[in-house]
Amino acid sequence: MTETDIVARTASAYASLRARAIESLLIEKGLLSEGAVDAVVSAYENDIGPMGGARVVARAWVDPAFRERLLENATAAARELGVGGFVAEHVLAVENTDDVHNLVVCTLCSCYPWGLLGLPPSWYKSPEYRARAVREPRSVLQEFGVELPDGVEIRVWDSSSDVRYLVLPQRPTGTEGLSEDELVALVTRESMIGTGLAKVPS
Amino acid sequence: MTVSDAIAQTEGLPRANGELVFAEPWEARAFGVAVALCGERGLDWEEFRGRLIAEIDGWERANGVESDGWSYYERWLAALERLVVERGLVGSEEIERRAAAIAHHDAHDHDHDHDHDHH
Repeated sequence: MTETDIVARTASAYASLRARAIESLLIEKGLLSEGAVDAVVSAYENDIGPMGGARVVARAWVDPAFRERLLENATAAARELGVGGFVAEHVLAVENTDDVHNLVVCTLCSCYPWGLLGLPPSWYKSPEYRARAVREPRSVLQEFGVELPDGVEIRVWDSSSDVRYLVLPQRPTGTEGLSEDELVALVTRESMIGTGLAKVPS
Repeated sequence: MTVSDAIAQTEGLPRANGELVFAEPWEARAFGVAVALCGERGLDWEEFRGRLIAEIDGWERANGVESDGWSYYERWLAALERLVVERGLVGSEEIERRAAAIAHHDAHDHDHDHDHDHH
């Protein structure tokens, strides 16, 4: 057994070595700057997340004209609030109603509106979710704790490089008196993927 | 609490902006390198995405969708490796040699820890 084999005992340790090897070679060759990698990682760890999408949803709940613009062109509407960026260039907002519930998946890989929602949760990228969301969406929703009346149609949207989706969840009843900021807190990441509903205020 | 319970809780650990997005430091580096590389070198994101789809599809064909051992970022890393090699940015033998050198360095560093305090 070589030294490499000993250190790279597990798949993760092996992957770590290769990731470091690739990064250091690219930097050495001047093809990449270390600062650029740090900046990307820091942005997605600290700044870009589902809060952006939640602000967009809450605004759509309180401002009918904004809601219209969001459904017309979600990318442009989100940009009005300073939300968006890389891999959120072509976002389609799909609205939940009393009759329709929308669910988003990427069957091929993990396409997701990063600029609005940050990076996807691990279950979104799992082979099981990607396979089952299209085949048996109602069962998948039940496992996420979402029970829909029989009459509600479930529409499943398969993301691609061309279009990524944002679910506009229904505004919970009993929230008429809440401010926009208070509404933001009710918008969960799951509700914007369709595997959850907006929270009901306690 | 079992270890898997603890991991499950970490997985959903709420943050102001969501959750802990990377389980291991190398996942963050692999992610950052792919995104930054496409930004700095002008590579089309589709070049990366196409390879990621192929890597995921290959793994699922070999292992099935419900098997253990799935790691999204291992597939991501494999796609990144294919991208840099196929675009001629880095040679695959170079990566092998560098990985071995880093492993050697880590092991060497570890030995030193017994003799010296590192700062």
